[in-house]
Amino acid sequence: MPALHGGQQRSAWSLGFWTRFLACGVVLVVAVPALNFWVPPDSPAALPDYLVPLLGKYLCYALLALSLDLIWGYAGILSLGHGAFFALGGYCMGMYLMRQIGTRGVYGNPLLPDFMVFLNWKELPWFWWGFDHFAYAAAMVVLVPGLLALVFGWLAFRSRVTGVYLSIITQAMTYALMLAFFRNDMGFGGNNGMTDYKDILGWDIHQASTRLGLYIASVSALGLGFLVCRYITASKLGRVLLALRDAESRVRFLGYSVTNAKLFVFTLSAVLAGIAGALYVPQVGIINPSEFSPGNSIEIAIWVSVGGRGTLVGAIVGAVLVNSAKTWLTGAAPETWLFVLGALFILTTLVFPRGIVGLLRPPSRIRARAAAVVPAGERA
Amino acid sequence: MLLLVDAVPAVADDFAALVGGLAEGSFADKEKAVTALGTQGDPRTVSLLQALTDGRLLRGADGRVVVSETASGTTRLRDSITGEDIAGIEPDSLGRIIVNNRLRGAIEGALAALTLFSTDPVARLAAAQGSLRHPSAAEAALLERAIATEQDPEIRTAMQLSLSAARLVSGSKEERLAAIRALSTTTDPQIKNLLDEFRAAPDTDPELRKAADAALASIGNRLRLVGVAANLFQGISLGSVLLLAAIGLAITFGVMGVINMAHGEMIMLGAYTAYVCQQLFRAFLPADWIDAYLVVSVPAAFLFAGAVGVVLERSVIRFLYGRPLETLLATWGVSLILQQAVRSIFGSPNKEVSNPSWMTGGFDPIGGFTITWNRLYIILFCFIVLGVLVLMLNRTRFGLHMRAVTQNRPMASAMGIRTARIDALTFGLGSGIAGMAGVALSQVGNVSPNLGTIYIVDSFLVVVFGGVGNLLGTLVGALSLGIVNKFLEPVAGAILGKIVVLVVIILFIQRRPRGLFALKGRTAEAEA
Repeated sequence: MPALHGGQQRSAWSLGFWTRFLACGVVLVVAVPALNFWVPPDSPAALPDYLVPLLGKYLCYALLALSLDLIWGYAGILSLGHGAFFALGGYCMGMYLMRQIGTRGVYGNPLLPDFMVFLNWKELPWFWWGFDHFAYAAAMVVLVPGLLALVFGWLAFRSRVTGVYLSIITQAMTYALMLAFFRNDMGFGGNNGMTDYKDILGWDIHQASTRLGLYIASVSALGLGFLVCRYITASKLGRVLLALRDAESRVRFLGYSVTNAKLFVFTLSAVLAGIAGALYVPQVGIINPSEFSPGNSIEIAIWVSVGGRGTLVGAIVGAVLVNSAKTWLTGAAPETWLFVLGALFILTTLVFPRGIVGLLRPPSRIRARAAAVVPAGERA
Repeated sequence: MLLLVDAVPAVADDFAALVGGLAEGSFADKEKAVTALGTQGDPRTVSLLQALTDGRLLRGADGRVVVSETASGTTRLRDSITGEDIAGIEPDSLGRIIVNNRLRGAIEGALAALTLFSTDPVARLAAAQGSLRHPSAAEAALLERAIATEQDPEIRTAMQLSLSAARLVSGSKEERLAAIRALSTTTDPQIKNLLDEFRAAPDTDPELRKAADAALASIGNRLRLVGVAANLFQGISLGSVLLLAAIGLAITFGVMGVINMAHGEMIMLGAYTAYVCQQLFRAFLPADWIDAYLVVSVPAAFLFAGAVGVVLERSVIRFLYGRPLETLLATWGVSLILQQAVRSIFGSPNKEVSNPSWMTGGFDPIGGFTITWNRLYIILFCFIVLGVLVLMLNRTRFGLHMRAVTQNRPMASAMGIRTARIDALTFGLGSGIAGMAGVALSQVGNVSPNLGTIYIVDSFLVVVFGGVGNLLGTLVGALSLGIVNKFLEPVAGAILGKIVVLVVIILFIQRRPRGLFALKGRTAEAEA
């Protein structure tokens, strides 16, 4: 790749950035467990036990939103099938957790999970082999979504499927996977999915301390994911991505390999989504095929655009805010949630295209990014 | 059976004597009596035999045979021969005439034989077809008599078929050969079983066996043909449903380039319009007008969904032209709101929209599968809509303006075309067609708030597969998807078949990113 010319940007790794990053990290890693663990439960400052996995869930969604923002906000690839990578990572973790149940299932079969005994399976299918080892499952969490994204992306980007066409075939992909996973004879629990987990790495999954551990793992994964995304977007590759988002043909003519650049971020993004899914499953205690539904994948896009597309912090903020609102509204007034979500979709695209973070940023920096909101390559 | 019929004594021709025979003697004697009653064809026989199978035929101490009838709680006794009421006898003092399974078979056969001569053509046809189940020499004799007097050609054909089946099991060698030849043109699975049994029987004549083999092969071929025809019809039917769902999208997405994720909800609104029309007809108009509700709901759905489309275009979409991904998200939001609104108004459970009487039922063109009227009308409707749309695009002033605006907006504007108005009307047209699709879908499936989401992915795939901005492509895309789906179903199962189709389309788009019938030239570049 030829060297990029042009003025040196402000360093992405300034002292100010590290201070803010570490401050957020300390709040999430130290303050939350402290409030939950050491503050007596009846004090008003105490964090109730149920909130810890809920926060952990939001952080997993945040990592998922981050992964979509990396390809949509920076490379202009709107994947409407990112829920599929999330769910695949979740299924890999779910398979590990199912194998950990051992003889404690309803049927007490040491080898087969309950649903297989129920469906009269005689032996463990080959794709379940090895999932009793955590290391193997963890590797699969990365490899399965990564490989799918690699193959899918290679096919799509090589033949220059872009824009809306790409969005629609990613949607078809997650739709096909949903139909497949709903089938009982696929060997993934059919429409009931997988649940009733007992323990993870030897710790009881229902224990408050295990949940705290999972929460801290989610914070760490989100932090690491954020650093990786920031490293990429601040690097030369990041600028190539921005350039190809705004004028793909021009970047191609300048001699950059658009296909490889897209393929790399797409695969990386799928891996991040897979990791998010793997952390999500033990915290919510179930994985089922509805995670593949096209609606779920589109919702991720709204988290990103509420927070601010093309800003990494925005993706995280958006995911946490929208999901908090969802939790609160579906409890308080379930009828209204879809109206609110629908209005969010319309308002963020029509009125606040830069999202919350875009609104908060100082105007001079917004102008630099304003062009990014309307990718020139997509103009009719 | 053959022997039994021959053994019936000629002197027993008297109805009363035969009824007496039912009350006395062994099961074999009773069977003889039943068969004789059947061949005799006395009008009193049907109710008598029915009473016998139901266990309502009783025997008095004096040998009299009595029918007991229970109507509205009171039991009435009636003499089986004279039909007169009998008073003063306790039903409990009479003995029930017992039947066994073999006797039941004989009764069923006798009843079927009797209805062959019924004055009701429906009953005669049912009897002719039912006679296939118990072929015998007696049946053959009856059927010969029935055919001689039968006038209705359809019933005659059914009788001929049953006669051939009866001759196959009971006739002479020549008769059997002729029967096998006659049976080889059918597709009835019962006859196939009959031939299979006949062929497998150890004492079958080798020549007959050869003929039976040939007949079975010919039946097999016909069945395969029927299978292909059935798949083809169902495929075209599914394809026409997909086409109806996708035509509107071919305009909004294909011609205007707007990704309207709320398209499925326009279909859903159309279906609910049909539901509302039906309810209004039921509530306010005379009962025999109900069949007309569908005729009213088609234009109503077009206008309603079209109006919603125009409002959507003016309030949301026009701000997002040239930003397809943003349009996608905003219209998804609209679809969520519309779904929830309908759910709040009508509730989440499925609503039932019934077929008008002229759309219920069907007919059987070649034997073996039924073409239902509702599916056939939908296919016709779909092609009419497509035809009208093509004419509209190519022959009217509005169509001309529409094409001008999509091909070169600034130039069209410079020529004095009010592009904003054309945009709104075009979008309204696409939405209105989606609304009519909803009326059609309400005739073949359930109406529920998430009706649209079922079709949205498929509709987009049809449009993308066929090639954006091309109605011919949409037609070919929808029909080929429908047919491929139905042919894959028996091989791979319904869901797996659908998955295969999705994967094939995903791969196809990689090969031809602009669809089957891609636009070429400058307009194609502008689409990208």
